Parts: sequence; structure tokens; C-alpha cells
Amino acid sequence: MIWVAALIVIMMLVAAVTVLLVRNHIAAVAAASLVSLLLSVLFVLLRAPDVAMTEAAVGAGLSSVILALALRRLGLGRVKDA
Amino acid sequence: MRNLAALVFVGGLAFLLLVIFNQFDFAQAPMVVGQGILTDAPDRVGAANIVTAVVLGYRGIDTLGEISILFAASAAAGLVLGRRRTDARRDPPGGFILRSGVALLFPLMLVVGFYIILHGHLTPGGGFQGGVILAAAFFLPLLARPETPANHVGLSIVEGGAGVVFILTGLAALLQGGEFLQPLLDNGVLGELVSAGTLPLLYLAVGLKVGAELAGLMARLADVEVDEP
Amino acid sequence: MMPIEIGTVLYAGAIGLVVIGIAGIVLSHHLFRIILALVIAEAGANLLLVLSGFRWEAIAPIITGGGAAQTMVDPVPQAMVLTSIVIGVGVQALALSLTLRAYGAYKTLDIRELQRRMSADLAGEAGTPLPQSLEEPVGGRPLPAAEGDGR
Repeated sequence: MIWVAALIVIMMLVAAVTVLLVRNHIAAVAAASLVSLLLSVLFVLLRAPDVAMTEAAVGAGLSSVILALALRRLGLGRVKDA
Repeated sequence: MRNLAALVFVGGLAFLLLVIFNQFDFAQAPMVVGQGILTDAPDRVGAANIVTAVVLGYRGIDTLGEISILFAASAAAGLVLGRRRTDARRDPPGGFILRSGVALLFPLMLVVGFYIILHGHLTPGGGFQGGVILAAAFFLPLLARPETPANHVGLSIVEGGAGVVFILTGLAALLQGGEFLQPLLDNGVLGELVSAGTLPLLYLAVGLKVGAELAGLMARLADVEVDEP
Repeated sequence: MMPIEIGTVLYAGAIGLVVIGIAGIVLSHHLFRIILALVIAEAGANLLLVLSGFRWEAIAPIITGGGAAQTMVDPVPQAMVLTSIVIGVGVQALALSLTLRAYGAYKTLDIRELQRRMSADLAGEAGTPLPQSLEEPVGGRPLPAAEGDGR
């Protein structure tokens, strides 16, 4: 279990740093969604299935949709960014 | 200079958190309230999912406050975003795959959402998770056909009705001589669908309220018009 | 080599998320990046709360048909995190709608630019002179004058 947890934690931290550093905004939203998804896996390992479901539905799903909608309205939603 | 101060602040925060959590041994934190609830909940509330018992039974007022915060946030977002102009440019309609995919997914997502809400006191899940799935289900047709606007009046009616049901259930407990939001009715058999008193009704109200609020929020956010730069 | 404990790994992950999020909020200049950083900091705080209720040899707090009473993890932090996640998405949507309006009014998302133009507009509306710096109050210094000073 420790290797699974360590792998997930490392991927989560890398994704979190990616959110702040990547220039493309859509990629940043995708990385934030990845953080939430990995966090929900971690919640399952921590025996919190309710929280894991909420995090997967809200954090990885709905929150990314809201962010992407706002990005499109801001005119930053292009996949290819200079 | 400002960046340096910020980095020092962040480093100090990390150090503080590390020191605080160094005080406990991992997985050994004292569990006073939790232990009491774990022994007390199966007989008193009758919900197999103890997290649900905590959310709606032991901390019902907290949940009421939470859905009030969500209501305030959604109302404020609607106020800030406002109504779209009638002559504003609409999004192009979705393609064939999106439209037929939505037609296929919509009933499935409705069923899954209501299943998760109604089994919230038995299995992982409940009003919040199911409500989010319902919101996504009602947002999908809007994505496929942007020319048909969202029915904000209907969403408001569902949202307000669910809130009224939640509060009325709490007031009914007061009339019976209990505390506000105390679970009523018979506990039933642990693990059956109709059990745990009024908890499934409360969670249904929470689910419909969360679903309607988030669907309205997403519809407004998708609808808002910002001129292209 | 000393074996790494799983608690250390998990705490490092949670604290790392909080720190990365706060650093992003403080250091970033783009309003949308700040909202994303807020989401990350929130996720880290939620993980810290759930970690505080974790136990070894415990099962998820759901009674199954087993009959024999087993130890369970603490349900109270889980219930708190459940509400906190849903509140988080509401706050995030409100922040995004304010961002959309700010962008509609000023056509920029850089907070330094926004700050300058917003304070200029506020000063113009109120008829006060433009503040030179954030640290410096409008007008003279409110400190008492020195003895020999003519004022």
C-alpha cells in the first residue's frame, strides 16, 4: 500500500505544480482535474468512500466543467496557445 | 521583494503545518466524539452509512447552513452574471455525436443520480453526490442544444420546494417535542431501503436542492455573454 | 536505509498541496490561475482533515451485514469534508462569475493591472487623489509631527 500511496502522492504533487506552471489554460484545468481524481483514489485508500465519491463527482467532474465554461467565455479556451 | 516575502510566508506555513502534524502519531489521533457516534448511531438513527447519520442526524443544522451557503453563492453568481441580452450571439449547436450521446446519457444519468440519492443511508453516496450527477444530467442537453434556454423558473421552484421540505421536516420534529431536524418516524430494519426514519426524505431534499442550484449555476455560466477581445 | 512510513508520505502530500496552492495564490498574477490555486489548496486541506480521522485495522464507516462489530474510521471529519467540498464548488463558481465580470469591464486578468485601474476608477468616482502606493495612505502621514517641525 505504501508504494501505491507514494506513487499517487507524487503524481498529485506533480500535477499541482503543473497547474501553476503550464502556460496553456485548458491544460491547467485538466491538471487541476487530475489532482482531484488522484485525491479521490487516495480517499478510497483512506477508507472514506463517501468523500471519494464526492471528490470524484464534484472536483474532477463539475468543477472542471465550470472552469472550462468560464475559460471559453474569457476567450482563453484555445487548445493551441502561443 | 514582494515575491521574496511571499516565499518566506509560504515556507513558514509549511514549517508550521509540519510541526503541528508531527505532534500526532499517524492514525493514532484521539477519537472521542467519533467513537461515541459509532456506538450510538446504529440504534438511534438506524442508517447503515454512519457518515449519513452524522451529516443529517447529528449535524443537521450544519447541513442546513451548508445548503444555505450554496444557495447564497448561486444567487450571488446569478446576480453578478445577470440576464443575457436577447440579441447576443448564441453558441453553435453541438454535433451529431454530442446530440445523440446526450439523448442516450440523459435518462441513464437521471437513474444513477436518483439511485445514489435514495441509497444514501445504505451505501456510499447521498444527496450531494447524486445532486451533482443530476445537475450534470440537466446541463448536458444545454450543451448539445444551446438554442433552447434553461428553464430557470422551474429550477428555482424545485430548489425552493426542496429547501421548504428540508425545513418543514425539521419543524415537524419540533412539533413532536424533539430537537430541530431530529430524525422522525420508525427506524425500521437496518439496511433496508425504507429505514432510518426521515433521513432518506431529507437527503432527497438535499439532492434536489444541490442539483437544481448547480444546474442553474452552470446554465448561467454557459449563458453569460462576454465580448470577444 | 530507514523505511519511509506511509503516514509521512500522506502528510507530505497533503501539506505539499496546501503549500503549492497558497504559493500559487500569493505568487501568481493571473486571476484565473489564482482560482485554480485556490482549488488545489482546498483539496490539500480536505486531505489533511480526512487523514486526521484515519485508523489502521479499521473499515469504512458503513455497517455491513457481517454482524461482528469492527472498528471503523472516524466519521466526523468525513462528514465535514463532504460539506466542505460542495461549498468549495459554490465559492469557486462565485469567484469565476466575478472574474468574468471584471474581465468584461477591464479586458484584462492581470491583478496588478486590474488593481491599478480599479483604484484609479474608485478614486475618480470618489473625487480623492490617486493613491501612490498600496502601503502609503492617502494624504499626509497620520503620525504626530516632530518637535522642531513647523507643522
